[in-house]
Amino acid sequence: MEKKEIICISCPLGCRVEVRGDGENIESIEGNQCPQGREYAREEFMNPTRILPTTVRVSGGELPLVSVKTEAPIPRDKIFSAMDQIAQVTVEAPVKLGEVIIEDLVGTGVSLVATRRVLSDKKAADGEKV
Amino acid sequence: MKADIVIIGGGVTGTAVARKLTEYELDIILVEKEADLASGTSKANSGIVHAGYNADPETMKGQLNIQANPLFDKLCSDLNVPFQRTGSLVVGFNQQDLETIKQKKENGDKIGIPGLEIIGRRRLQKIEPHINDRARWALYAPSAGIVSPHELTIALGENAAQNGLQVMLENKVEDIETEKGALKAVVTNRERIECDVVINAAGVYADSIARMAGDEMVIRPRKGEYFIFDREYGDLINHVLFPTPTETSKGILVTATAHGNLLVGPNAYPAGKEDLATTSGGLVEIMKGAVKLIPDLPRGGVISSFAGLRAAAPSEDFIISPSPSVWGFIHAAGIQSPGLTAAPATAERVEQLVKGYYPSERLVKKDDFQETLPEKPHLYDYDEGDLEDWNEYIDRREDYGEVVCRCEHVTRGEIIDALHSPVPAQTLDAIKRRARAGMGRCQGGFCGPRVVEIIAEELGISPREVTKKGPGSEILQEKTKDLRLKKKTADKENRDNQRQEGKYKDPAQDAAKNAEQDAEQATEQAAEQDTEPKTEKQLQQVKIESGGADGE
Amino acid sequence: MVSEFKDKYQLVIIGAGPAGLGAALAAEERGVKDILLLERDYFLGGILPQCIHNGFGLDYFGEELTGPEYAHRFIDRIPESTVQVMDETMVLDITPDKEITALNRHQGVQKIEAKAVLLAMGCRERTREAIKIPGDRTAGVLTAGTAQRYINIEGYLPGRKVIVLGSGDIGLIMARRMTLEGAEVDSVLEIMPYSSGLVRNKVQCLDDFDIPLKLNHTLTRIEGDKRVERVVVSRVNDDLEPVPGSEQTVECDTVLLAVGLIPENELTKQMGIELDPVTGGAVVNEQRETEINGVFACGNVLQVHDLVDYVTEESEIAARAVSEYLSRRRKKRRKKIKLTAGEQITYVVPHRIDYVYQDKDKKTLKLFLRSSVPVEEAELKVVDGRGQELISSRKKIVTPGEMETIILPLQFLDEDTEELTVSVTKASQGAD
Repeated sequence: MEKKEIICISCPLGCRVEVRGDGENIESIEGNQCPQGREYAREEFMNPTRILPTTVRVSGGELPLVSVKTEAPIPRDKIFSAMDQIAQVTVEAPVKLGEVIIEDLVGTGVSLVATRRVLSDKKAADGEKV
Repeated sequence: MKADIVIIGGGVTGTAVARKLTEYELDIILVEKEADLASGTSKANSGIVHAGYNADPETMKGQLNIQANPLFDKLCSDLNVPFQRTGSLVVGFNQQDLETIKQKKENGDKIGIPGLEIIGRRRLQKIEPHINDRARWALYAPSAGIVSPHELTIALGENAAQNGLQVMLENKVEDIETEKGALKAVVTNRERIECDVVINAAGVYADSIARMAGDEMVIRPRKGEYFIFDREYGDLINHVLFPTPTETSKGILVTATAHGNLLVGPNAYPAGKEDLATTSGGLVEIMKGAVKLIPDLPRGGVISSFAGLRAAAPSEDFIISPSPSVWGFIHAAGIQSPGLTAAPATAERVEQLVKGYYPSERLVKKDDFQETLPEKPHLYDYDEGDLEDWNEYIDRREDYGEVVCRCEHVTRGEIIDALHSPVPAQTLDAIKRRARAGMGRCQGGFCGPRVVEIIAEELGISPREVTKKGPGSEILQEKTKDLRLKKKTADKENRDNQRQEGKYKDPAQDAAKNAEQDAEQATEQAAEQDTEPKTEKQLQQVKIESGGADGE
Repeated sequence: MVSEFKDKYQLVIIGAGPAGLGAALAAEERGVKDILLLERDYFLGGILPQCIHNGFGLDYFGEELTGPEYAHRFIDRIPESTVQVMDETMVLDITPDKEITALNRHQGVQKIEAKAVLLAMGCRERTREAIKIPGDRTAGVLTAGTAQRYINIEGYLPGRKVIVLGSGDIGLIMARRMTLEGAEVDSVLEIMPYSSGLVRNKVQCLDDFDIPLKLNHTLTRIEGDKRVERVVVSRVNDDLEPVPGSEQTVECDTVLLAVGLIPENELTKQMGIELDPVTGGAVVNEQRETEINGVFACGNVLQVHDLVDYVTEESEIAARAVSEYLSRRRKKRRKKIKLTAGEQITYVVPHRIDYVYQDKDKKTLKLFLRSSVPVEEAELKVVDGRGQELISSRKKIVTPGEMETIILPLQFLDEDTEELTVSVTKASQGAD
């Protein structure tokens, strides 16, 4: 049996919700002031996930980096291994908005996609607008 | 290497001496331990050209102050340095203050300070509308003025460089070699320079330099802290405002700077030679002192604070004299206030001393000495009325059309000029002192990254090598991602060690974890090999590798 | 020099961040023909391209976007619009007659006349000096936004061991960002007894990474020779003064400052427009029009918003007003209404209501405000000059960190209304 205090992020109130349970079952949820808080705490207790926004190196681009995010939330405990994988990747410009940079990031099945456009150096020099 | 004369110290004294001596056909080197001229006392002081009524004509500093004040108009015009004869006011609140003011006037009249007047409340309020209501008298000295101290120092150095001075930055003097009481060489951390004459203008370190030559000298730095206000408030006052000094305190002054900011300070207390830290107590003290003169000082308008050291000798006077123990060694030391004002006269005094070491036929004046420094354009000198004249520069070079520092309106062209000036700027602070980029209200928040980029581009170095003020003050530490990769490698080594010791518990207990590890290994390999960009193909490989691992 | 640009425009917008972009596109949609957008940087979107984190757009687009994606939604529409963009252009001066002096590499110093001007210059960060942290002037002290630009755009990390001062959203976001990139973040200090950032950011940026948030703490000294080597952290008392004896030394090489934002109103001041000392932005009427007829302001130059979605909303209010101004469709109220920040309110925007609403589909007016203290079980109220309550609304919590809005039905304003006061108080117990 595990006990965890979870701060609800659904509103500025930031209720401290206490969840008791194990990996598969929840025994109790206390401290929330609304149903949203209950739902959030359940999710956060069973399977906390996060969108990971970061950057990836670009070669031959108008910028050295392209901003990226995971297309869907990934398990919170995968964040650092994801960052490690991302760190050693370089994409070649041009990069399109929404382009998949890494498929199946650290075995999560979630893709890492570009959140902006990066033109190649030459195009940028020719005056095309970013 | 060899030179005729070595000047130690790139402050206002050293550079003024350098400029004076480059009038002669002599090989002169100036060595400075920091990454730019004006890096010590000369960058952190009140910037006031004193009228001289305080001067005791019996003292060296008094004489030089009186002698130097009238020289500023031509000097600053020759060197394109902002200087304004604003006049100063010593403000009095009570009878005791009035007595002091009278004494000052009497002294000033005696030594010939022009135009001194004691003015009453009505006139004081007319010429200084924001002055404290309780102020009753003031000593008005029309010949006082304000100058940009670091710009003057750099301009003196650059004009000297233009006339043949060699400036060696980041050269810290470690030894003075002598032989049988005669000077032989100056040894820095980088060079050994044989020479005939050395001028010790090393500011707070002048005593250390003196001791290297076997002379006794003590310099006790006195720290003073300051606040600078936004240019918006420069108009609050019209003159340099001093409170009347008392036996216990000199008080806090309020002045405009030559660029129209408001400056208040300094306090004064003993400090170490590298202690340029501002203190919370000091800053409170200054603000408290300043509001005595200007009660409606906008406390929220502060854009910067700093501290400077004044190089005070126990005699409280300048030491401008030949060394008693080494032939050819001249001290220009103990240069505290009014050292900035005195600098042009100090240079002449040193020139006289230098003459003592050379036969007159050896001291030939150059016939091509350039008295003026070519003008560098600055957009901030232009206002709405004449802005269109700026196009003349843009026609010459488009870089003058690209504003980099939005607060002070500094263009890329001006920054490039600073990087290629006669004493080239090498650091962010040096650019700030020459071109004012980063000097404004955002303090380089916006332009910092762009100035770093321009410095790197122009000097052909990596942005990571760009510093604030010389080695050790790099702005950027790593390329984004490199730290992650390095950390990875370090973590692995750590884990490997633990594994060997049997302490490491393998977390890989399911397939997903295995996948993670494979990715880690790929990362580790990458980190170990290099951190250079990967090609598309290698990237594909990574994708496949991590995908494959997941399939297990 | 042949130029695609003219020297006269119906509308000139200063700044192509979210406010300027949104206003340009919205103004065009409302029929404003001739629009010039001036931008000082070499890219559009203002600060958004460097805000690579998610959390944008939930309110306006109904989906969660990152900063660059949010910017793209607007930037991508510009080429198909008639809006002309002049980037890398710095506006040096604007006269009260709406003559703009601008400077760039290609056109040099140029004068541009405008019928209407929209100020959308955004804001800048407060610096070390604004909060007067004593100590050495070393490398390694920078604002969180500058660090963000270095890391996310320029590709360099400014430090390895970091302490963050200020728990506003940007401080929290940068604590996570630096951690993700391998730096070590010692802690985030907050002088106030509460964080001014969103709860979500506190959880996802600090708690996720075990970064301590030290409330009631501040930096009292920065020490180092060339670079930051250590800082002194002190606890503060109720008057926000450091408590002697509470000093702790923290070894670090970088100090990130997230100590607030200031609207960039230098041009506004040059024009002689009155500023609200609380918001730091211009005093405006409900049209987001300043004291000068035809000069409007929106976005962070007017008031620092915590959501870009609200900036977009405000840009649309201003754009609509510009089109009404240009087509002379406005009718002044007989009496102006003055809006006042009442109990526990720091400010309300707009500051006045000047015009009669004629648009049939426009039946409400949204007031933007901030509370001065956190209030749980809060009741927001608007009272008129005669003390009559016009509208009230309940919120579970209102905090200074989150901008609040009140929607005021226009039918409640009669032609004699001269004053409205907004307040927030704890709702009386029991009432539900």
